[in-house]
Amino acid sequence: MVGIVLVSHSEKLVSGVLDFCRLMAKECPIATAGGTSDGGYGTDYDKIKEAVSSVMSPEGVLIIMDLGSSVMTAEMVLDEFDSDTVMMADCPMVEGAVAATVEAEGGSDLLTVKQAAEEVREVSKF
Amino acid sequence: MTDSDKVLNILQKIADAIHENEQFLTDLDAAIGDNDHGINMDKGFQKVATDIPSLSGKDIGSILKRVGMDLVSTVGGSAGPLYGTAFMKAGAVVADKNEIDQEDFVSIMEAGIGGVQLRGKAVKGEKTMLDAMIPAFEAMKASCTAGDDTPSMLKKGVEAAENGVEYTKTIIATKGRASYLGERSIGHQDPGATSFTVILRAISESY
Ligand SMILES: Nc1ncnc2c1ncn2[C@@H]1O[C@H](COP(=O)(O)OP(=O)(O)O)[C@@H](O)[C@H]1O
Ligand SMILES: [Mg+2]
Repeated sequence: MVGIVLVSHSEKLVSGVLDFCRLMAKECPIATAGGTSDGGYGTDYDKIKEAVSSVMSPEGVLIIMDLGSSVMTAEMVLDEFDSDTVMMADCPMVEGAVAATVEAEGGSDLLTVKQAAEEVREVSKF
Repeated sequence: MTDSDKVLNILQKIADAIHENEQFLTDLDAAIGDNDHGINMDKGFQKVATDIPSLSGKDIGSILKRVGMDLVSTVGGSAGPLYGTAFMKAGAVVADKNEIDQEDFVSIMEAGIGGVQLRGKAVKGEKTMLDAMIPAFEAMKASCTAGDDTPSMLKKGVEAAENGVEYTKTIIATKGRASYLGERSIGHQDPGATSFTVILRAISESY
């Protein structure tokens, strides 16, 4: 199953999103990398790398980020892995994470999971 | 000529200068960001300072790359991947060199700016560190070509960076956190442009 990594400046934010995703995706491997290693706000390169490794499988890993340095730091971590195995999704975090984890749970491949996450950009809320 | 020992010396000066300006940089970020730029930068350069003894005897390329890695793994905010990539790219252009000259310094600056742009995808005029970096680079390149010595080249670079910081007060942020403020970002100087100027001034004062 494709693994999902959630990256944010805030530890609370990603752990909240993880809980929220678990309502629908019980099995899919999800890891979070929120905040700095000293418990503050920020993004931590090593934390993201560890999170990716922790949900790594031959099916690959999709990283979902919120804003600012989350994106730039995730991009640097991406350079450490094979580009067919680890990808980033360009999507809003909450909606994208729900879509991606549900898609991954259904057994889809990495590209399909990424597409599911990015499709949420096209969905209007009202 | 600048050798590895001198580079380590300068890095310590930069770390000290960032430390002295920690509160100032954080206050600037409080106005148009999230109140952490000085804290972030100080965390990063204190880690660099801790690593200086272990870098003694290494070539300048390896030193700069290590600085980049330190910044990426400790800074926490956008400045981490941005300055981190800048130092790593800078290190690549002087790989294996134990001494660098004025022209190498200009190439280092150019590669560093390339790193910031690769990572942040910003251009001049978006109220970021680039608005100090690019004019400083251009001034130093022109000065180097004109045959100025290192101290005057660096002075001109600092002057251009300072003018760049002033310029950031007049424009709207379109990249980074400050971009959420839109028009309200006008009147405030950019924290990243300011930290770059602090760094360049520390380098200049070492000559
Ligand atoms: N895309 C970008 N390109 C270049 N510089 C940027 C970019 N985004 C942010 N910056 C710089 O980073 C500085 C803020 O750094 P910092 O406070 O460490 O990051 P964060 O906004 O993640 O808290 C800004 O003042 C600006 O100079
Ligand atoms: Mg900040």
